[in-house]
Amino acid sequence: MTMASTEEGTLRRITAPARTRRIRGLSDKAIAWAFIAPTMVLLLAINIFPLIWTIYLSFTNYQANRPNRPITYVGTKWYRDILGSPDVWAAMQATAHFVFWTILLQTLIGFGLAYLIDRKFRGHAFWTTIILVPMMLSPAVVGNFWKFLYQPQIGLFNSIVSFFTGIEPSSFEMLGSVNLSPWSIIIVDTWMWTPYVMLICLAGLRSIPDYIYEAAEVDRASLWRQFWSITLPMALPFIMLAVLFRGIENFKMFDMVNLLTGGGPGSTTEVASITLKREAFEKWRTGYSSAFAIILFVAVFGLANIYVKALNRVKQR
Amino acid sequence: MKTLLKPAAALGLAAFVAAVGQSKAEAADLTLCWAAWDPANALVELSKDFEKQSGITMKFEFVPWPNFADRMLNEMNSGGKLCDLLIGDSQWIGGAAENGNYVKLNDFFDKEGIKMSDFAPATVYAYSTWPKGTPNYWALPAMGDANGWFYRKDWFARPELQAEFKAKYNRDLSVPKTWDELKQVAEFFQGRDIDGKKVYGAAIFTERASEGITMGATSALYSFGFKYETEPGSYRMEGAVNSDDAVKGLEFYKSLYKCCTPPGYTDSYMGEGLDAFKSGQVAMMMNWFAFMPGMYKDEKVGGEHVGFFVNPAQKVAASTLGGQGISVVANTDNMDGALAYIKWFAQPDVQKKWWSLGGYSCLNAVLNDPSFKDSQPFAGQFLEAMAGVQDFWQEPAYASLLQAMQKRLHDYVVADQGTAKEALDKLIVDWTETFKEEGKINN
Repeated sequence: MTMASTEEGTLRRITAPARTRRIRGLSDKAIAWAFIAPTMVLLLAINIFPLIWTIYLSFTNYQANRPNRPITYVGTKWYRDILGSPDVWAAMQATAHFVFWTILLQTLIGFGLAYLIDRKFRGHAFWTTIILVPMMLSPAVVGNFWKFLYQPQIGLFNSIVSFFTGIEPSSFEMLGSVNLSPWSIIIVDTWMWTPYVMLICLAGLRSIPDYIYEAAEVDRASLWRQFWSITLPMALPFIMLAVLFRGIENFKMFDMVNLLTGGGPGSTTEVASITLKREAFEKWRTGYSSAFAIILFVAVFGLANIYVKALNRVKQR
Repeated sequence: MKTLLKPAAALGLAAFVAAVGQSKAEAADLTLCWAAWDPANALVELSKDFEKQSGITMKFEFVPWPNFADRMLNEMNSGGKLCDLLIGDSQWIGGAAENGNYVKLNDFFDKEGIKMSDFAPATVYAYSTWPKGTPNYWALPAMGDANGWFYRKDWFARPELQAEFKAKYNRDLSVPKTWDELKQVAEFFQGRDIDGKKVYGAAIFTERASEGITMGATSALYSFGFKYETEPGSYRMEGAVNSDDAVKGLEFYKSLYKCCTPPGYTDSYMGEGLDAFKSGQVAMMMNWFAFMPGMYKDEKVGGEHVGFFVNPAQKVAASTLGGQGISVVANTDNMDGALAYIKWFAQPDVQKKWWSLGGYSCLNAVLNDPSFKDSQPFAGQFLEAMAGVQDFWQEPAYASLLQAMQKRLHDYVVADQGTAKEALDKLIVDWTETFKEEGKINN
């Protein structure tokens, strides 16, 4: 290879893109738009347009099962009806109960498990895999599987409780009792999603550098002190992240509740998403359910925003 | 390139011809949509005669009951072309007629000489007319049905149980004639050991999601004297829906649920009832007449093991109406074929065969035949039930009305919230709100 041919090659490399640009007549900005346009179109079509359309429908009396009925403007009637409805507030209360207890239990157990797994005892990899199994299952499978477990006459859950307490297995119903049914869902959700919280917490624990603990040991800090002063504060942003993810997820929880109790008995476990589904696809009150969906969206969005700000503050500390 | 173009063009042409051919073939077919249950199998068998006579191939789309309404109403409202014929629930007729989903059949009936006076009046009123009771027909009565009762005839006949029952209640252990008697029988069997197995009193409807608890509780409510309106067509519900009789009926249904159903029976409908009865778990089961032919043929609990009785009276003799009419879907591509099927189905011979295969004909010629009553062990009870059937609102807004009742009844009966009076009062508030939205009641 001669010097001349090398220079020629370099020149070709430099001028080739410029020539391509000239041929196609596209600027860098245009090319960038061309790349992001499909995503933008998809976003507009799948997210933004339905959102705007839902907002529009929330001010009308539209019913999807009665397309021939004239659509009339009802103003903010649905919003006022929803915010003043005792049934809706009961559903919000059921949702809050579910979200609070699932998050509390999953965080405590998840962090505890992560703390144990982080000790790297013998066989910890095997146990990590076993613990992760529930979250890998489909919610439909988990729902049906637990429905059988909770069956009062032949279910394993009642038999185990009976074995330890001596209570007749068919004398209590996990899914049919007003007092027990909310807890039956909390148990299943905790069983399924604690591993997820554990994984996030484990990532947090593993991100703490060993030298901090070594320095603490040199300072003769007790294990308890190390936990409170090093482990917990440094893992806190991760724990908060897990709480955020699970909080959003459980606020709109539908599949598990629908499969296990369908919102019953009565309306005991009727969380907001079940109420929304009933209004939208059983009563076919599309306008009303659109308004309800908007209210839920604003609530989740607002709460998540406040939480993210708190999370950032913790991270900065 | 040219060499590639020719085969590609030929392939495209062939595909087009095949597609056109297929769509033509499909247009000649007929798809009938219904719920997936025993009578649907009988209809498949019956329709083979139509296929032979007409040369039209019948296809069937059967959807399980819990999803039937959602699936079919979605199909029609989205302008789908899946169904040419639909055997839809009686409560849909108002909405389907107003939304233009069904074809109005008056002209067709006149042309073909099909008279609605040839069918049982209760079935014509419930399955065919909209507005209710007017001579505007949107369906041909196809499958008569009502809520009835199944019982373990063999258990009732046991001498030791007969003697024990008589000693306890001072009457024979027999088919209950009133709801009070039914509850006594249910209490008698509840928790009893029969052939080494613990059995329970009665399987009744408590399902929350679709229509179960409404269909079950109204069986008691109608008998106790519940009415929807103080005057038909007035939409005045105060004093009717929450009358003393209605309150008593609802309290009774709850007491029956509390005393005499199997454990875990908090969300049960037809399927759960059939399972409980077939597995020998219950002495009595509330369920639709449509399941009686199948149950009678059941190897384990059918034949001499099973008996049937009409919904007990209390203040009045009444049964909750089931059943459906067959309608032509307005979107069909095969209107002639669909109408030909209706014409064929309305014939007395076909209706007679329909009954013999396990369907419930609504044709007077079949029902009034002197041999009908003894043709099946449940035929007499069916006639008795159909003479006193009452149906839920058939308004276009029936879905909202039904879901409101589902909620209020389940909250009271299963979840122990409030009193019967409060539940019915709240139901009036819900229904009033719906009728206001509909413009049926002035704001």
